[in-house]
Amino acid sequence: MTPLQNTASGEPLIKVESLCKIYSLDSGAAGNGNGNGNGTVNSQVLFDVSLSIHRGEFVAIMGHSGSGKSTLMNILGCLDTPTSGHYWLDGNDIASLSDDELARVRNRNIGFVFQGFNLLKRMTALDNVATPLLYAGVNRSDSRKRAQALLHQTGLGKFAAYQPNQLSGGQQQRVAISRALVNNPQLILADEPTGNLDTQTSREIMEIFQQLNREHGITIVLVTHEDDIAACTRRLIRLQDGRVVHDAEVPA
Amino acid sequence: MSLLAIIGEALRALRLNRLRTGLTMLGMIIGVAAVVLMLAIGQGAQTMVNQAISSMGSNLLIVVPGATSSGALRSGSGAVQTLTMSDAQAIASLPSVKATAPLITGTAQLNYGANNWSTVVTGVTPDYFEVREWAAESGALFTEADVRSATRIAMLGQLTAKNLFGDEDPTGKMVRIKNSPFLIAGVLAVKGQSLDGRDQDDAVFIPITTGQRQIFGNQFPGTIRFLMAQAESAEMMEEAEAEMNQLLRQRHRVAEGMENDFTVRNMAALTAVATGAAKVMSIMLGAIASVSLLVGGIGIMNIMLVSVTERTREIGIRMAIGANRRAILMQFLLEALVICILGGLAGIAIGIGGAWAVSEAVGMVVVITFGTVVLAFAFASGVGIFFGFYPARKAAALKPVEALRYE
Repeated sequence: MTPLQNTASGEPLIKVESLCKIYSLDSGAAGNGNGNGNGTVNSQVLFDVSLSIHRGEFVAIMGHSGSGKSTLMNILGCLDTPTSGHYWLDGNDIASLSDDELARVRNRNIGFVFQGFNLLKRMTALDNVATPLLYAGVNRSDSRKRAQALLHQTGLGKFAAYQPNQLSGGQQQRVAISRALVNNPQLILADEPTGNLDTQTSREIMEIFQQLNREHGITIVLVTHEDDIAACTRRLIRLQDGRVVHDAEVPA
Repeated sequence: MSLLAIIGEALRALRLNRLRTGLTMLGMIIGVAAVVLMLAIGQGAQTMVNQAISSMGSNLLIVVPGATSSGALRSGSGAVQTLTMSDAQAIASLPSVKATAPLITGTAQLNYGANNWSTVVTGVTPDYFEVREWAAESGALFTEADVRSATRIAMLGQLTAKNLFGDEDPTGKMVRIKNSPFLIAGVLAVKGQSLDGRDQDDAVFIPITTGQRQIFGNQFPGTIRFLMAQAESAEMMEEAEAEMNQLLRQRHRVAEGMENDFTVRNMAALTAVATGAAKVMSIMLGAIASVSLLVGGIGIMNIMLVSVTERTREIGIRMAIGANRRAILMQFLLEALVICILGGLAGIAIGIGGAWAVSEAVGMVVVITFGTVVLAFAFASGVGIFFGFYPARKAAALKPVEALRYE
């Protein structure tokens, strides 16, 4: 059971409308925005961002550092909340959800893949993949079985008992992808998933994403600043200074 | 996430930092062990006092001769023997008094064969054994007839019997007291220590008349050293005290406005003071020990706060993959609780061991009750929850995005 109710499939999976994000920093801290005179400095990162992503899309978000792409990803991943604007995930208004409901959405509907892998240290690959299932209330032996199957699927079946520091970057990222997939999410959010990997490994990881998108119909949103990575996707959104400046299909 | 899974996570995290976990736990172990040990010693003291009190007999009043003044000459309490056998008989006939036991005492040398033993010889009537609730372990108590005819007959206390006769049964044997032969009627049951710390089993009892006439000699025949009276019931203690005062004033012709030449002591009041003191000591020991438990608790809080800061990124990752606030809170709370419960169990074991060592080494009476163990355990768990809650709540209150960004 998912906390989000599936609406008509014509509805986009992700819909954001005039999203703004303003960070308030204490005065004295670095900030490039306008002081408001109250001892804090406001720094606006997202300006009026509106976009829709439909089921089965494979989208790359590009932009220079500071363009707001990571902030947008955090908001899409329900890790952060916008200062203003609306976000509907699968037709549900995210602003209306409680902390616990957001945790459920992150657990069941979204899979995260990070640049730094973000695996839990000193825990085996198998346990890392199984952890989201434990948070979903699945018992330990069932979750291990499912985790083992996923590791097998990403080609890491033999590495189940390894801890992250015993694995290469590419292998760690495969573990992270297995973890992201373990609860059968509709959406995978990948924040520079190849940023710490060499070209060959990057290509392999992108192949996994393409396969997931193509064969399993999983919607993938990927942040990158590498053009050849973006070329693997099917739609490119370019952010600049917190605004969408480009949104078009990637020519095949 | 099921509770079992969270406990598993907590144990895993604690295993990763063995030294730190061990040191934190040590604070808890010492605190709980101290509480268990101190409570054991305190309750031991209480038990000893209670034993001494119950060995005294119940509802006791003691009448001792008081200060007298004849003309300008004033004597201290007990210097003049103002109480007599007939005072004792008169008091016995009061409605609020069940029985009285007049006593005379002195020290004498006892001989049996080659053995000799110097001890307190007490002249009593059979009522004494009733008032003191003291039965014969072997043989039989001497009787009223023995008192009337001033028979040379004696009851031995356990220690005296053992010193004179060893493993022999003294009943029916002859013993010499101040060189006069006495028949041993029997041996009294073990009585133990009195409130003033004297061993009550180091004694010999003879009929009061025999003592007066043949052992101690007395310039005033018929006087007694002091007397014990037993009230009909605990509720009648006060009444008996008042009646005895009135009766003795009358009998001793104490004029209106003059001070008594005797003192009636209500033993209930004395025992209340003694038990009260033992209880205060027990509470104080417990309170002092609790301080170390408190310090241990602060140690846990300190370590848990460090741990939360160190693991901020881990918390962020867990939140990103679906941990809700409750799961994070429980994870850290259970880590603190596991430290406390394991430390508490070890502390209880060490406390019990320490109590045993103390009783072996110093010969002190220690008492460990089930209640003590439960209290210590509950205290340890309480400390864990109390001091673990704040760090755990701090962890659970982190914002996912900020926790993930934390380096």
